Amino acid sequence: MTFTSLRGWRLAAAGACVIALGAGVAAQNMQINGAGATFPDPIYQKWFSEYNKLHANVQINYQAVGSGAGIRQVTAQTVFFGATDGPMTNDQLLAAPGPVLHFPTVLGAVVPIYNIPNVTTDLKFTGPLLADIFLGKITKWNDPAIVAVNPGVTLPGTNITVVHRAEGSGTSYIWCDYLAKLSPEWKKRVGVSTAVTWPVGVGGQGSDGVTALTKQTPGAIGYVELVYALQGKLSYGSVQNSEKVFLKASIEGVTAAAAAAAKSMPADFRVSITNAPGKDAYPISSFTWMLFYQSPKNKAQGKAMADFLQWALTDGQKFAPDLGYAPLPKEVVALEMAQLKKINVQ
Amino acid sequence: MARNGTQSNDRLFFGTTGAFALLLVLLVAAIAGILAYQSRLSIASFGWTFWATSTWDPVAGQFGAFPFIWGTLYSSLLALALATPVALGIAIFLSELCPAWLRTPLTFLTELLASIPSIVYGLWGIFVLVPAIRSLQQELPEWLAQLPLFSGPPIGVSLLTASVVLAIMIIPFTSSVAREVLKAVPPSQREGAYAMGATRWEATKVALYYARTGVMGAILLGLGRAIGETMAVTMVIGNRPISSWSLFEPQYTMAAVIANEFAEAADDLHLSALIEVGLVLFTITLVINLASRLLIWRMTRQRSQRPRVATVPAQESAA
Repeated sequence: MTFTSLRGWRLAAAGACVIALGAGVAAQNMQINGAGATFPDPIYQKWFSEYNKLHANVQINYQAVGSGAGIRQVTAQTVFFGATDGPMTNDQLLAAPGPVLHFPTVLGAVVPIYNIPNVTTDLKFTGPLLADIFLGKITKWNDPAIVAVNPGVTLPGTNITVVHRAEGSGTSYIWCDYLAKLSPEWKKRVGVSTAVTWPVGVGGQGSDGVTALTKQTPGAIGYVELVYALQGKLSYGSVQNSEKVFLKASIEGVTAAAAAAAKSMPADFRVSITNAPGKDAYPISSFTWMLFYQSPKNKAQGKAMADFLQWALTDGQKFAPDLGYAPLPKEVVALEMAQLKKINVQ
Repeated sequence: MARNGTQSNDRLFFGTTGAFALLLVLLVAAIAGILAYQSRLSIASFGWTFWATSTWDPVAGQFGAFPFIWGTLYSSLLALALATPVALGIAIFLSELCPAWLRTPLTFLTELLASIPSIVYGLWGIFVLVPAIRSLQQELPEWLAQLPLFSGPPIGVSLLTASVVLAIMIIPFTSSVAREVLKAVPPSQREGAYAMGATRWEATKVALYYARTGVMGAILLGLGRAIGETMAVTMVIGNRPISSWSLFEPQYTMAAVIANEFAEAADDLHLSALIEVGLVLFTITLVINLASRLLIWRMTRQRSQRPRVATVPAQESAA
């Protein structure tokens, strides 16, 4: 009697242990992997760590391997979600084994930086002007086309050295996308891609490389993300927007560009917001996207990621400005919430 | 019984080490096979023109690797030309002339150079060498700057900058191997030379001649390292896919373009073309290594064919 009751007790204890262990495993087991763009990496890492504090059972790992690699890995289904700075093309969407949804997460902007000896005032640029400089058609700083938009600034006859990103990058994509919209010649000769054939100039390695080369070389002009210009305390030029207003990039200006684009947002969110309408819209702005399958194979992970997105698009947005990203405008968040319901987690 | 045991041990020894050696051969074959397989799309699209054309346009889907091949070979050979005299000088000084108290610290310092990560060389290149080369270029007299060899805008990032960084990176490799080789020259060689009234310089020449295959090997080791170096080069070469003789023109290398574009290559053909660049790099490295083996083999054969003094021990020819 004593023996059996003891045994029963032991069994029960062992059973409880197993159940507890099982629950522990289930709670800790939620590892979700993603890969893609490097540009939003700082905010994604911040989000995943903040979200993990709120939901200790969900751990999201993100590898900043580049937009191209992110798209490839999502297509091959080696990661649960992807991230990209340029939306997937129609061909890429067709190559994926199932429908892929784009979710804009935050916004970024690209600014022109330059180094002209003895010029301390902020310069103004127009889209066609930047395109002609990067096409190699304008080669000196005192070119009449530059002087015309910068009245009152004494510009030297220094040769222009164009500095671009050497490696494929989302920053180059946004820059080229803007130039292609304003210059038919850029669209035809160079095109839009994360890596293009630059007509002139030298390639710097990463944003640091572009900044270092621009700072060192008299007469250089380059481009970097707004985040980088803000953190690196660089002076940067203002750019003319679609309403002919010259704007210096700011977080508000980027959000304004996205808000303007929200009115004509396509259902799949694959939209370029460079040269967006609106007086306050900074013209070289862009969304960055996360990529999900509409019907994820792993429903539990799908549910967890949908919950995460819900948080990131609302509460999570408050982390954006500190890291130099522009938060999404309310209009876009509302549209995305509707798309979020489409993710099939049943 | 004990003897049999030893023999079976030997067989096991032969088998295991042989398997490891075979593994290496298989590994090389597997790398070549995978590279060729993964680049089949690009090989099918461009064929041999991939090696000879200069357009690299990911947007239009046109790929030709000539500028990268050019930049790799030009920068590596130039680096070799800059590094070899210095490296051999260091090796000769350390093995033949250096006072004993100075030898250890000097050896330590040269070998320290080899342990610096390449990105540090790259940073040093950007912040020190690039401005230096730029001012050098601005100081060039007009008639010199007109020459095709020195033309180009004064930017600082250029083929020459990359070659100088590479040269500094390969000096410790070449010099330490060359020093070991010179140390292995039997003292009898130098003593013989001195006995015949040779000066220090002449005795060193004898030692160098004796060790020439090893010295050649040391130089080619440096070349191998220069060809494959990626990070330090891409930070200072300017990454411009053109093939120019000018030392001051920004150019590009094979390793650099792979590192730069691989992560963002979403298009299949672009990716395939990048892998084919890897295949080309692999092939060129292999050819250079084979050619150097051949050279060393020919040099040793010539030496062993020369009439020899009967008393020289037979194994010396293998040294």
